[in-house]
Amino acid sequence: MSMVKISSICLLAAFILYTLATIIFTVAVTGKKFRNKSGENAGKWIGRFGFIVTIIGFIAQMGYFFARWSAEGHVPVSNLFEYTTFFSMMMVFAFMIIYIIYRNNGVGVLTLPIAVVIIAYASVFPHEVEPLIPALQSNWLKVHVTTVALGEGILSLSAATGLVYLLRVVDQSKPSKKTFWLEFVMYSITVMIAFVIISFSFQAAHYNEKFKWINEKGNEAVLVYHMPAIAGPYEGEKISGGFGPLFPSPSWMNGVEAPRKFNTVIWSLLGGVVLYWIIRLILRQRISAALQKILKGVNPPLMDEISYRSVAIGFPIFTLGGLVFAAIWAQQAWTRFWGWDPKEVWALITFLFYAAYLHFRLSRGWHGEKSAWLSVIGFVIIMFNLVFVNLVIAGLHSYA
Amino acid sequence: MSQDIVCDCGHKNPEGTILCEACGKPLKDDETKPILNMRYEGSARRSQTYKKTPIDKIWNFFSSVKVGITLIILVLIAVAIGTIFPQDVYIPANADPETFYKDQYGILGEWYKALGFDHLYNSWWFVILLGLLGLSIIVASIDRFVPLHRALKNQKVTRHDRFMKKQRLFGVTLSNSPEKQLEMAAKALKEKRYRVKEEDGNLFAEKGRFSRWGPYVNHIGLIIVLIGGMLRFFPGMYTNEVLWLHEGETASVPGTHDQYYLTNHQFIFQTYDPDDKKYKEALKDAGGAIAKNYQSNVTLYKAEGHPILGEEPKLKKVKNAGVRVNHPLKFDHYQLFQSDYRLGELYKMNFKLIDKRNNQPHGEISVNLFNPKRLYHLGKGFRIKLLDYFPDFYFNKKGEPASKSDNPNNPAFIFKMYSPDHPKGETNFIAIKKNLEPLGKNDYKMVLSGLKTRNVSGFVVKRDFTIWIVFAGAIIFLIGVAQGMYWNHRRIWLKRKGDDIWMSALTNKNWYGLKKDLHYLTGESGLSEPVDRLEEKIYRQERGMKA
Ligand code: HEM
Repeated sequence: MSMVKISSICLLAAFILYTLATIIFTVAVTGKKFRNKSGENAGKWIGRFGFIVTIIGFIAQMGYFFARWSAEGHVPVSNLFEYTTFFSMMMVFAFMIIYIIYRNNGVGVLTLPIAVVIIAYASVFPHEVEPLIPALQSNWLKVHVTTVALGEGILSLSAATGLVYLLRVVDQSKPSKKTFWLEFVMYSITVMIAFVIISFSFQAAHYNEKFKWINEKGNEAVLVYHMPAIAGPYEGEKISGGFGPLFPSPSWMNGVEAPRKFNTVIWSLLGGVVLYWIIRLILRQRISAALQKILKGVNPPLMDEISYRSVAIGFPIFTLGGLVFAAIWAQQAWTRFWGWDPKEVWALITFLFYAAYLHFRLSRGWHGEKSAWLSVIGFVIIMFNLVFVNLVIAGLHSYA
Repeated sequence: MSQDIVCDCGHKNPEGTILCEACGKPLKDDETKPILNMRYEGSARRSQTYKKTPIDKIWNFFSSVKVGITLIILVLIAVAIGTIFPQDVYIPANADPETFYKDQYGILGEWYKALGFDHLYNSWWFVILLGLLGLSIIVASIDRFVPLHRALKNQKVTRHDRFMKKQRLFGVTLSNSPEKQLEMAAKALKEKRYRVKEEDGNLFAEKGRFSRWGPYVNHIGLIIVLIGGMLRFFPGMYTNEVLWLHEGETASVPGTHDQYYLTNHQFIFQTYDPDDKKYKEALKDAGGAIAKNYQSNVTLYKAEGHPILGEEPKLKKVKNAGVRVNHPLKFDHYQLFQSDYRLGELYKMNFKLIDKRNNQPHGEISVNLFNPKRLYHLGKGFRIKLLDYFPDFYFNKKGEPASKSDNPNNPAFIFKMYSPDHPKGETNFIAIKKNLEPLGKNDYKMVLSGLKTRNVSGFVVKRDFTIWIVFAGAIIFLIGVAQGMYWNHRRIWLKRKGDDIWMSALTNKNWYGLKKDLHYLTGESGLSEPVDRLEEKIYRQERGMKA
């Protein structure tokens, strides 16, 4: 069996094990009463079991990582699939650290499913073993990318626990602005899931549709869609059969293959709506209201502290990887340590955002709920950098 | 002058103090709050004390964390907007920035340009914003550092009852043998690496105080980074030059004041082998070659002595090197980067002299397009004179041949061909795909017989003294953040009240870690564990009980 094959089997195993661990952690916290000793003890043992499953899953994912490394001849963090997968691995790693410190099951309930969704999301991008262009042939690159992923993984944990906090404390008895935004977060997660489902379905069906268009470099080119075209290329001409387009993409979207990606975004948003309402009709209540019942046993001040602590631990690591190591590498590869490339700027924005978060926490009244919202926004910024800046805003770093 | 406040315990506090520096007695605190606000130890900050003069007002403005956060967020928003459209350095080289943004992005693009977002990082208002941020960091740090330092230095072991009772973690033990228990407690705390002090039978244990200085260390680092970034605008700190060098040529390295010379021997461009088993699929998808290496093989020379103007310098070889992407050549604070290339530029053109009457060749010449010789001897009475040469040929407005530039993009030649039967010479005009006889029909002609191309390497030469300042600042920043984040300042007070022992505990972050220490302490000494009154409060609120 080839190393590439072994690595994808390992990744699949990790995916399944993390899903399993999610279920176990959910059972471990369900219905417990906050500060109820006997409930806590029962949950403890189930939680330990969930943790062991997580560790096995993590080992499987390490198997993926090293098998792919050996197949490829370089650290597998150089395209969108590899980086995103590695990011999820670091998120689980961060979870394991926090679990060892706090032995808290509440952290696992959302962290693991988010890691699962991210692995699924990563798997949609091309998997081929790719050679490295000269700019990427650098040890600093490896150091930079791995440290950033670790930092971002830990920071994401802050969002996962912040979200648990919000689900636990936001009053669900009547609709409000807060319940709306919490539902919006839930909807965003269903969008990610919808994206994965739709991508895989059309990939399995080998769907494609071709357009002639003028690409971002001003050259005439053929653009292949793998989903039916809702939004076609700007001033594009369809040269194959298939659905649509219903309307053209705006002219200012000028990243690499931007119209195709824009079309995918539309599909995901619509798919998210459908999926969200299916789940909601089954639950017969807001998704966040259903989750609140599960999370009754969670200790809010402790969640707040873990969420903050994740930022405290993750912020310096992110800064080291995303700004300092990044600058060293940029200096070697592009002759300047800082060039205001969009990807660099968004790393800076992430940095500034968490700096603001830390300062907000110095003020009275910003612990707890407000800071939990901030940690969720922080995750949105991280995902924005990973998804949107790569796919839409063209820059030196754009992988796909 | 300011008025000191003398506390019951005898300690003299500066005006504006909230909690006595020594015993912690609340000097002016909101009585109704169950948990004391322990920020900056309730010390007397200038910004909270003096509020009258304009200087006070400016000081207070910049020391406010709200203002600080606002500045951070303004910078954040500005740079985020700056990524919406490309910066002016990234727009196509031939585009005119005056019209580019409007043409490409419409009205939004026009505003973007008008507000200076197209060159955000040099625009005056952004630089001012960073200046204000720096000022705010400095003022806020001084405002807090000085009184905090004072307060932490003056701590007394025995704390005021109200101070004890109003901590987040507080508990009372009814003890049979208080001395013994306190002794055991002291031992347990020392095991946990606390520094323990005793006074009148009371205990004070503290660890990780140095972590309180973390924010100030990291702010100093930030200021250094900001200063380093600004220094770039000063001449001499930062050199950034471009050098295009053909294979086989030697030139003075720009920015080094003719101290260094570089010879480019060869430029190598390598791609991945499309049959490489590992990458086969990816290479097929890429639909073309994927670059593997860009490399210039060069020799670096140093000019000896002081070169005299107009005279060839004496060169001494320093080293040979292969300059690649990610592997710049380093010498004497300079870095020379492989940054660009042009493949296969015209270098030499060969021409054969041919007798049109019998197609007989009479020798060949080679014209260097960068430095052409005037006269070429072919022997046996044949020679060629290059009358005129247009490296970048076009017809000007008068209809005469002329050259647009010195680059041989479209070379054209006027040759005079001397032969035994035409000793006065015949004239031949040659350009790409053109062969004219402007002065009447000739017996001989020049025919292009070969081309020699060569590659050109684009180098960037840098010397940047600001890097080291920025880098040092970044390291100091990181040390400060780690110091403040990975350690915390924990304090535990034990006070004897007759047979009772009061315990309260405080940390600046990581309450969970502090509670673990307390758990160990109570286990070892038999004291009862203090209550977390924040958790208690929420627990009661959720059950509708009275707080
Ligand atoms: C990008 C800019 C900034 C960064 C990266 C930064 C970073 C930090 C960090 C990491 C901390 C430690 C936080 C903690 O331990 O919880 C901190 C604390 C602090 N910062 Fe900043 N800071 C910045 C700008 C500012 C500004 C503009 C102000 C002005 C008001 C300010 C005021 C403070 C204060 C008052 C503290 C708390 C000090 C203490 O706890 O003793 N910072 N800063």
